[in-house]
Amino acid sequence: MLKTANLSKVTALEIKSAVNTDFVKKATNILLLPMIGLTIFLFLWHIAAKNIDTSLGQFPGPSHVLEQANTLVDEHFNEREKADAFYERQEKRNAARVAQDPTYEAKIRPYTGKPTFVDQIWTSLYTVMVGFLIASLIAVPLGILCGLSQNAYAAINPLIQLFKPVSPLAWLPLVTMVVSALYVSDDPMFSKSFLTSAFTVSLCCLWPTLVNTAVGVSGINKDLINVSKVLTLSKWAHIIKIVLPSSIPMIFTGLRLSLGIGWMVLIAAEMLAQNPGLGKFVWDEFQNGSSDSLARIMVAVLVIGMIGFMLDRLMLTVQRYVSWDKSATLR
Amino acid sequence: MNTSIKQKHLELSKVGIEFPTPKGPFCALKDVDLKIDKGEFISLIGHSGCGKSTVLNIVAGLYQATQGGVLLDNKEVIQPGPERAVVFQNHSLLPWLTAYQNVELAVKQVFKGKMNKAEMKDWINHNLELVHMTHAADKRPDEISGGMKQRVGIARALAMQPKILLMDEPFGALDALTRAHLQDSLMEIHAELGNTVIMITHDVDEAVLLSDRIVMMTNGPSATVGEILKVDLPRPRDRLALADQPDYNHYRHEVLTFLYEKQRKVEPVSTKKKATEAKGKNKVA
Repeated sequence: MLKTANLSKVTALEIKSAVNTDFVKKATNILLLPMIGLTIFLFLWHIAAKNIDTSLGQFPGPSHVLEQANTLVDEHFNEREKADAFYERQEKRNAARVAQDPTYEAKIRPYTGKPTFVDQIWTSLYTVMVGFLIASLIAVPLGILCGLSQNAYAAINPLIQLFKPVSPLAWLPLVTMVVSALYVSDDPMFSKSFLTSAFTVSLCCLWPTLVNTAVGVSGINKDLINVSKVLTLSKWAHIIKIVLPSSIPMIFTGLRLSLGIGWMVLIAAEMLAQNPGLGKFVWDEFQNGSSDSLARIMVAVLVIGMIGFMLDRLMLTVQRYVSWDKSATLR
Repeated sequence: MNTSIKQKHLELSKVGIEFPTPKGPFCALKDVDLKIDKGEFISLIGHSGCGKSTVLNIVAGLYQATQGGVLLDNKEVIQPGPERAVVFQNHSLLPWLTAYQNVELAVKQVFKGKMNKAEMKDWINHNLELVHMTHAADKRPDEISGGMKQRVGIARALAMQPKILLMDEPFGALDALTRAHLQDSLMEIHAELGNTVIMITHDVDEAVLLSDRIVMMTNGPSATVGEILKVDLPRPRDRLALADQPDYNHYRHEVLTFLYEKQRKVEPVSTKKKATEAKGKNKVA
């Protein structure tokens, strides 16, 4: 009795210490090491910034950038307050006029203040998502076709190889002109600059998903294909029940690459298309040329990086949810 | 089982196949003749690379014979179909489906419109029960052992109610104990359902224990049926009782003689001299 009690005590202790060392190790890996890296980076940045003088003043160091980040957030909330106040005034005015004359139809005019940094982040996210979605809707089915049929692959492969390396900036003028020519509407649902940016993103997002899907589909285990043949599954059932599930990991690899590229392309596209997003923000600040401009651009750079990272994590989460293979290491 | 009722069920006549290679066509099989009765259990045995799997794939319809043909109940086999179910060597379960769903996929495909939902459910569960896998019906392939996966693979094939069950080294990747266990299960199932079975094996004991006839194949290229050994051991067979029986050992000896004397094959791993020697011996045989 006593012995077993002792024994269990010992094992409990051992387990505890094991957990402790494990915890310390994990904490080191997750917190300490990244913190060290970050600190070194900030330090180097600080030193380097001090020694670079530009025509717009000294290159912004970490503290300057942090200050501007706060300013940008403040500006956003000030602008929001102004907008709210504007709508409130308008509502009062309308109410007063309706009270005087019941037949009066109130007109609601939108607030015309300039978009803030936060607004621009949302515009960029929206644009990249639309572009990415269009690209995925084309690339996944086309990739499946290429993976299933050697002939389709042979027909499409040269086009893939030709267009894959094309820079978004080369597409942009063409897309701009095509959108201007074809998207003619009195009451446009989307602005032209938005469409131009989104389509440019799509054109560059297509390829990784297309190639990876094709590779994934063509690499399906031969035995599984034989199972499908023995069961005499129809083409459609074969795709839904066998092809899609087994190539999901590769499809997602492609989608993640595509989204990453799309996000990079978007910033460039927005700069040139003047779509009200982060790219335009950077361009406007550059043209603005105040002493704070570089710091504000640096804020944008960091935000762009963080959003790119978050988009990738988002795709990973979706993949975890969709994929059957939970054991596969997802990076 | 039905072996007494002689009825031409499956007939392979003059089956041959050539595969195109960069060095010209490679003749893998030539003049394979085989008649199989309903309910018969046939083993195909031979050295690796002799075209056993090719024969099976032709019967399954996954390969097309370039000469001769296969008749099943007087109909030519030209494409795969569920009436010739295949149990693959490495189970080939869809890894994203549970055991139940894997069988369900087959049942839904084969009995669409012939069974209602409740009947399908019963039929799936019945087949899982047949291979003693009811307890793991909701487990995915990566959560169960190799033997269990193979059981589910067999259940999936049986659930198609095939005329012929084709098994490509079904127990090859399993450890000896699990294999023995599954062989017993297979004998039980065969006794109960009376399916026609063609099984590929490398294992002489397995072939003698399970088969009504053992088809021994010569070495490729241009492999063909070398000898056919009829195994006249009473069923049900018990591996322990058989181990001491002279009949059983006689059959084993016959197969071993065929494999290691008449069709001796030395893998090209050995020195060149030996390989040429072996070739000479082969010609003599």
